[in-house]
Amino acid sequence: MAAWDVLVAGGGNAALCAAIAARRAGCSVLVLEKAPKFYRGGNTRHTRNMRCAHDAATGTLTGPYTGDEFMQDLLRVTSGNTDEALSRMMIDKSYEMLDWIQQQGVRFQPSLGGTLSLGRTNSFFLGGGRSMLNALYRTAEGLGVEIRYESELTDVEIEGASFRTATVQSPSGETRIEARTLVAASGGFQADIDWLKQGWGERAENFLIRGTPYNKGSLTRALIDKGVRQIGDATQCHAVAIDARAPKFDGGIITRLDCVVFGIVVNKRAERFYDEGEDIWPKRYAIWGRLVADQPDQIAWILFDAPNLEKFMPSLYPPVEAGSIAELADKLSLDPAQLCETVETFNASVVGGRPFNHVEPDGNRTEGLEIDKTNWAQRIETPPFYAYPVRPGITFTYLGVRVDDRARMVMQDGRPAENMFAAGEIMAGNVLGQGYAAGIGMTIGAVFGRLAGEGAAAHVA
Amino acid sequence: MSHSTPALTEADRLMTVCNSCRYCEGLCAVFPAMELKRSFSDGDLNHLANLCHNCGACYHDCQFTPPHEFAVNVPGTLAQVRTESYAHYAWPKAARPLFARHGTALAIGMTLITALFILGFVALNEPGALLTAHLDDTRFYAMMPHEAMIALFGAAFLWMLLAVFMGARAFWRDAGTPQVGATDHAQATRDAAQLRYLDGGGMGCFNEDEQPTDRRRLWHHFTFYGFLLCFAATSLATVYHYVFGWHAPYAWHSGPALLGIAGGIGLVIGPIGLLSAKRSRMQELGASGFRGMEVGFILRLRVTGGSGLALRVLGETPLLGPLLALHLGAVLTFFLSMPYGKFVHGLYRYLALSRHARDMRRHHGSI
Ligand SMILES: Cc1cc2nc3c(=O)[nH]c(=O)nc-3n(C[C@H](O)[C@H](O)[C@H](O)COP(=O)(O)OP(=O)(O)OC[C@H]3O[C@@H](n4cnc5c(N)ncnc54)[C@H](O)[C@@H]3O)c2cc1C
Ligand code: SF4
Ligand code: SF4
Repeated sequence: MAAWDVLVAGGGNAALCAAIAARRAGCSVLVLEKAPKFYRGGNTRHTRNMRCAHDAATGTLTGPYTGDEFMQDLLRVTSGNTDEALSRMMIDKSYEMLDWIQQQGVRFQPSLGGTLSLGRTNSFFLGGGRSMLNALYRTAEGLGVEIRYESELTDVEIEGASFRTATVQSPSGETRIEARTLVAASGGFQADIDWLKQGWGERAENFLIRGTPYNKGSLTRALIDKGVRQIGDATQCHAVAIDARAPKFDGGIITRLDCVVFGIVVNKRAERFYDEGEDIWPKRYAIWGRLVADQPDQIAWILFDAPNLEKFMPSLYPPVEAGSIAELADKLSLDPAQLCETVETFNASVVGGRPFNHVEPDGNRTEGLEIDKTNWAQRIETPPFYAYPVRPGITFTYLGVRVDDRARMVMQDGRPAENMFAAGEIMAGNVLGQGYAAGIGMTIGAVFGRLAGEGAAAHVA
Repeated sequence: MSHSTPALTEADRLMTVCNSCRYCEGLCAVFPAMELKRSFSDGDLNHLANLCHNCGACYHDCQFTPPHEFAVNVPGTLAQVRTESYAHYAWPKAARPLFARHGTALAIGMTLITALFILGFVALNEPGALLTAHLDDTRFYAMMPHEAMIALFGAAFLWMLLAVFMGARAFWRDAGTPQVGATDHAQATRDAAQLRYLDGGGMGCFNEDEQPTDRRRLWHHFTFYGFLLCFAATSLATVYHYVFGWHAPYAWHSGPALLGIAGGIGLVIGPIGLLSAKRSRMQELGASGFRGMEVGFILRLRVTGGSGLALRVLGETPLLGPLLALHLGAVLTFFLSMPYGKFVHGLYRYLALSRHARDMRRHHGSI
C-alpha cells in the first residue's frame, strides 16, 4: 500500500488549496515544495488579489461582479482563446471561493491605494500574497498536512493513465515516493530561460522573470514526456514591461511601471513603435511586455515630462532625469538628434485640447503620424524630462498540462488520468489561451486546487 | 533626500520600496501615512517610526524580507529610527548619551539615590529609627518629614515635566506643525488606549516566528493601566492630604490604597510578561544597542510597583524603613530618568497618532 494518500507537488496557492481540501476530506497529505521555507509558494507570495464572481457588494468589494460579466471579460482578454466550458465552470465555482478561502484563514481588505479600478472585481489580500500564503500554511499544518521544503519532484512513473511513484530531489539525495494520487501544482516554467528560448529564441536572454526562480517546469516536462497531453505553446505567457534595472528573478510587483499612457515609448533607435493610447483595458499594460520583446535588444524607454511625475504609482527605481531631450538621450545612450526629432514630431501632431483623464479614453490624440497615439496624447514639453528603461517581465507561462472539468490531467490519447490532478500555473493554459485579467491567476489556482484536492480524496476513498 | 543617520537613510529606502508595493496598507497606520508622501525628511521618518507599534506583521507578510536581495525589514528599521529619535529630541542636549547607556546610568542612579535616602534617614533621625519606624504613629514621616518629601519630589517632577515637554516639542515641530483638532485627539486617545495598531492587522502580534502568538498587547495593558492607577493613587492621596486634611497612612480599603494595590499588581504582572516576550522575540524585529533602555524601563517600573506593594504588605514590620528608602529611591530615579528613556515612547506615539488622525481626516475624510 502506498504511504501517502495524496502527494502534492508545489507550495503555492494551488498546492495549498489542494492539500487543505484533501486533508479536510480525511486523506494523509504530503506537500513537497522545491523552494526553501522562506521562498515557499513561488509566485503566490508576490500576489495581491484574486478575481471571484459575486452578486453583491461586500465589506471589501465595491459592487457586484456576476459570472456572466467575468466570462465576458475573460473572452475579451483571451480573444476567445479559452476552453469555454472549463472557464465557465471555474467562474461558477469562484462564487464559493470567496468564502472558502476565508475559511482557510485568508483575510481580505478593500482594494489597495492606486488600484481603485479593481475594487469591484478583485478581492485584495490583507498583508498581500505572503500573508495569504502564511495563513494557508498555518491552516494546512494545523490540520496535519506534512510539508517538506527543498524537495523537488523531478520525475514520475506512470502506468497507463495511472500515477505510481515520484522521484524527489532533496538535500539528502534522491528518493522515490509512492502515493495513491498526485496533484501537480508546481507552477509554470518561466524561470527556465532555455525553455523560454524554445519559443522566443535568443530574445529570451533579455527577459526578466518577475517572480520565483524555482518555477522551472521540471515536473511539467516529466508529465508531458510520460504521456500527459500538453496545452499551449512556449510563447504564451503573461508579460508586462517592467523596469529594466530589476533583478533577473523575483523583483516582484515593485518594478512594474504604470506610466505608458502619460508619455511615449521609444526603442533603441529612439523611435516610437506602438500606439501608447490604445484603449484595450484591462490589457493596457499587459501588452507591453510582448511589444518590447519585439524591439531590438528587447529594451525600450518610457518618456514623459515634469507634470506627470507624480500621477502614477511610484516604483522602486527613480526615473532618469534631464533638463532637455538631447541630454536625456545622452544619458540613455540614444541618438540625441533622432530622439529630439521623435519628440518634436510627436508634439507637433498632438491635437488634444480636452481635459486629460487617464482613467478612461479621453480623446486627446495625435494626427498624421505613422503610429498615432489615440488617447492621452499631451506634448512632452516641460522640463525636467524623465525616462524609465523597460524590458519584458515574464509573470508566468501558459504551456502546461491539459485538464478536464474535475482538474484531472488528460492523457495523450484523450483519456482522463486515473489519479493525477493539476492546478494553478501548470494548467493555466486551459483557461488562458492568451491574454490575462488581473487576479485570475489566483482564481485558477484556488478553484482547480480545491477541485484537485477533493478529486484526489474521492479517488482514495 | 539625505539623512543624518544610517537608520534614517535605510528607512527612507524602505519607504520607497513600500510605497511602490503597498501590500501592507491594511495592517496598521504606518503604510497609509507613508502613501501620503513621495519624499521623506528626517522629521517625517521619525513620525512614521513612532507611529509603528512594532507588531511584526509586515515582517512576515513581506515578500522582500532578508534573505531576499531587497532586504526589507520595516519593523527592525523603524525600531532603530524610533529609539534613536528619543535621544535625538532629548533636552538638554548634554543628556542625549544617557539613552545609549541607560541601563548603567539607571543602576548607578538608583543605587546611589536609595543609599542617600537610607543615609538621610539615619542621619536625620536617631540611629535605629530605620528599623523601628513601623512602630511610630507617623510611619513614613518618621523617616522624612512630609514637607521635605513634597519639596524633593515636587522639584524632580517639575524638572521631568519640563524636560519631557521640551523633547516632545522638538519631535512635534520636526515633521511640521499641523492643526490638530479635538476630534484628532479623541481618535488618538482611543487608538492609544486600545493599542489599536499592535494587533498585526487583526491576528495579534508576532513574537518568535510567523505564528502570531504574542500577548504583548495584554502585558502592555497591565503595565500601562497599572502605571495610570498608581498615578491616580498618588494624586488622590495628595487631594486627601491637602483638600481634606486626611493624612497617610491610609487603610487598605481607602481609595488611594485600593488604586495603589491594583496599579502595583499591574506593574508587577505586565512587566514580567513584557520582559519574557522581549527575551523570546526575534532579534530582527528590534533595535540594536538600546537593550539597557528597553529592559531598564521595564525593570524600573517593576521595582517601583513592587516596592510600593511591599510597603503596603510589610509596612508593619521592621522592613518599613529600608523598603521606604527603596521605594522613594525608585520613584525619584523614575522621575529623573523619565525624559531620557523609554518612557517618552508613550508620549511620542500619542503625538504621532494624533498627527496621523489629522492627516487621515484631511486626506480621506476618515481613519
Ligand atoms: C509579481 C507578481 C504579481 C502577481 N500578482 C498577482 C495577483 O495580484 N493576482 C493573481 O491572481 N495573480 C498574480 N500573479 C500570478 C500568480 O502569482 C500566479 O498565477 C499564482 O500564484 C500561481 O499559483 P501556483 O500555486 O500555481 O504557483 P506558485 O505560487 O508559483 O507555486 C508553485 C510552487 O511550486 C514549486 N515548484 C516548482 N517546481 C517544483 C517541483 N518540480 N517540485 C516541487 N515543487 C516545485 C515552486 O517552488 C513554487 O513554490 C502575480 C505574479 C507575479 C510574479
Ligand atoms: S513591508 Fe514589504 S510587503 Fe509590506 S509594503 Fe513594504 S515592501 Fe510591501
Ligand atoms: S511592525 Fe506592525 S505597526 Fe510597525 S509598520 Fe509593521 S505592521 Fe505596522
